[in-house]
Amino acid sequence: MSAERRHVIVVGAGHGGTAVTALLRQHGYAGRITLLSAESDQPYHRPPLSKPSTVATAATPELLREAEFYEIQNIDLRLGTTVQGFDAKTSSVTLDSGDVLAYDALVLATGARAITLPLPGADSAQVRTLRNLGDARWLNSRLCPGAHLVIVGAGYIGLEVAALARSRGAEVTIVEGSSRALGRSAGSDMAQWLTEYHRSRGTTIILDAVVEGFVEGQNGELAAVRINGEELACDLAVIGVGARARTELAVEAGLLCEGGVVVDDHGRTSARSVYAIGDMTMRPLAPFSGLFRLESIPSATEQARQVVADFLNLPAPAPEIPWFWSDQFDLKLQIAGLPALGQKAVVRGDLGAARFAVYHLDDADHVVAVEAMNSPGDFIAGKRFIADATVVHPDLLGDALIPLKTLMNRAIA
Amino acid sequence: MTDKIQITFRDPAGQENTVSVEPRGTVMEAAVMNNVGGIIAECGGGCSCATCHVYVDPEWFAALPEPDPTESELVEFLEDARPCSRLSCQIQLVPELDGLTVQTPDQQN
Ligand SMILES: Cc1cc2nc3c(=O)[nH]c(=O)nc-3n(C[C@H](O)[C@H](O)[C@H](O)COP(=O)(O)OP(=O)(O)OC[C@H]3O[C@@H](n4cnc5c(N)ncnc54)[C@H](O)[C@@H]3O)c2cc1C
Ligand code: FES
Repeated sequence: MSAERRHVIVVGAGHGGTAVTALLRQHGYAGRITLLSAESDQPYHRPPLSKPSTVATAATPELLREAEFYEIQNIDLRLGTTVQGFDAKTSSVTLDSGDVLAYDALVLATGARAITLPLPGADSAQVRTLRNLGDARWLNSRLCPGAHLVIVGAGYIGLEVAALARSRGAEVTIVEGSSRALGRSAGSDMAQWLTEYHRSRGTTIILDAVVEGFVEGQNGELAAVRINGEELACDLAVIGVGARARTELAVEAGLLCEGGVVVDDHGRTSARSVYAIGDMTMRPLAPFSGLFRLESIPSATEQARQVVADFLNLPAPAPEIPWFWSDQFDLKLQIAGLPALGQKAVVRGDLGAARFAVYHLDDADHVVAVEAMNSPGDFIAGKRFIADATVVHPDLLGDALIPLKTLMNRAIA
Repeated sequence: MTDKIQITFRDPAGQENTVSVEPRGTVMEAAVMNNVGGIIAECGGGCSCATCHVYVDPEWFAALPEPDPTESELVEFLEDARPCSRLSCQIQLVPELDGLTVQTPDQQN
């Protein structure tokens, strides 16, 4: 079959799915592209939903591409269209309208769904998760001085929402079930530092908290959250306890799933001509062994490049170092690598001045991760250390008087 | 409607791609909107990712406003940084930049 007759169907127009369609055209693919989105809004950037920059522009999302882009690029973007299922044997997709579309390649990019809590009162209209533009609109219209927001979960979204809410004058309490913030994603030094920072900005953080439920007032409005047997008055609650891969389509179609759709380093699933990318996948991550479920834009777009290269028979892109960022108040946090793989942590810089980095080293002093706080140089340098499996002596790394450049040169020599 | 300006993106092989855009937004946005390759822009213009790195042609480099400290620091440590390196999400498009030419690096990071 000639390339021009092929049809690529992408399910989900988030960061990953949209990137696939743009990259296909960038590389000269001239066949059909259909991009199906369950959401009715033009595809938008998700990170700003919880970042301070949204304060001014809450109602208008930051679009991934301008609306004309899809037309100019001849991408058939169908908003408000949910895929009901697909059949890998007949290579077809069924839409909620009942229409059936045939594909030559299918790319699943359905992302993740925020985890909700099966607690009494959690179905209140004032208790919500934050994943979509609709959630952000709801939150933004309610954050004002005098409002009391309770956030369940001290992960990145929880901390970002706390910063956003404080900057809008709301009272904020974060309740976290474990003994520290950012248990899934950051090292303990950074988690501790951020906890103190948020407290200094007026947020109450309760650790080791058992949330028992939400209490309604006389008119059915949210009145309080019950924690550790006590009631804490509040009028809004955001649940930020993580997200689960949206694998239902893949499970039903019989694809191999293990807490996410299992893919290889070309984004290929266990079914022929079916790819999966982004938050919904369990993916390899060279040079580490095992499969990982990452929830980040760099990971989703890296996989988009892998899929497009595989589909168009282009050279496979070089593996990338996983990384992530988070903005809270005036803090710019950039993380590269996997802090959890470190055996020791080295702090470099000035904690008091909110400009420092925590480097994570393995047993043999290879840098495996860096968490850079308002220190972009450490982020880029750390990323290079990780990529090159650089060995740096912890004492030298921890001495901020030795310029990073010197350490880089020394490591290379 | 304002007059459009032309921005040229040159890939590492020397292939040029000239786009016409309104003089607003950034060079990165002009690339993304026109689906120009070689600019990834993972952070969407937040000055966090440095995957929108470009080399500005020398005759244009001096005409650009100074980078802010965050941008300078990100660029300073990039492996393939050159004296004319900038992050394209930090270059605001104005009518005076009509004709601006930038080159994309071999690889973003
Ligand atoms: C509030 C918030 C802040 C974040 N901040 C950052 C950050 O600062 N940096 C960072 O790197 N990452 C951040 N992330 C994570 C990042 O947004 C995700 O990793 C990224 O969006 C993943 O892209 P994706 O394409 O896999 O999925 P998504 O962007 O979630 O897109 C999936 C899309 O598929 C659609 N879909 C699902 N099922 C179907 C179906 N059956 N039919 C049709 N469409 C369907 C969904 O409606 C959705 O629109 C943040 C996430 C959130 C929620
Ligand atoms: S787009 Fe991320 S730094 Fe420019």
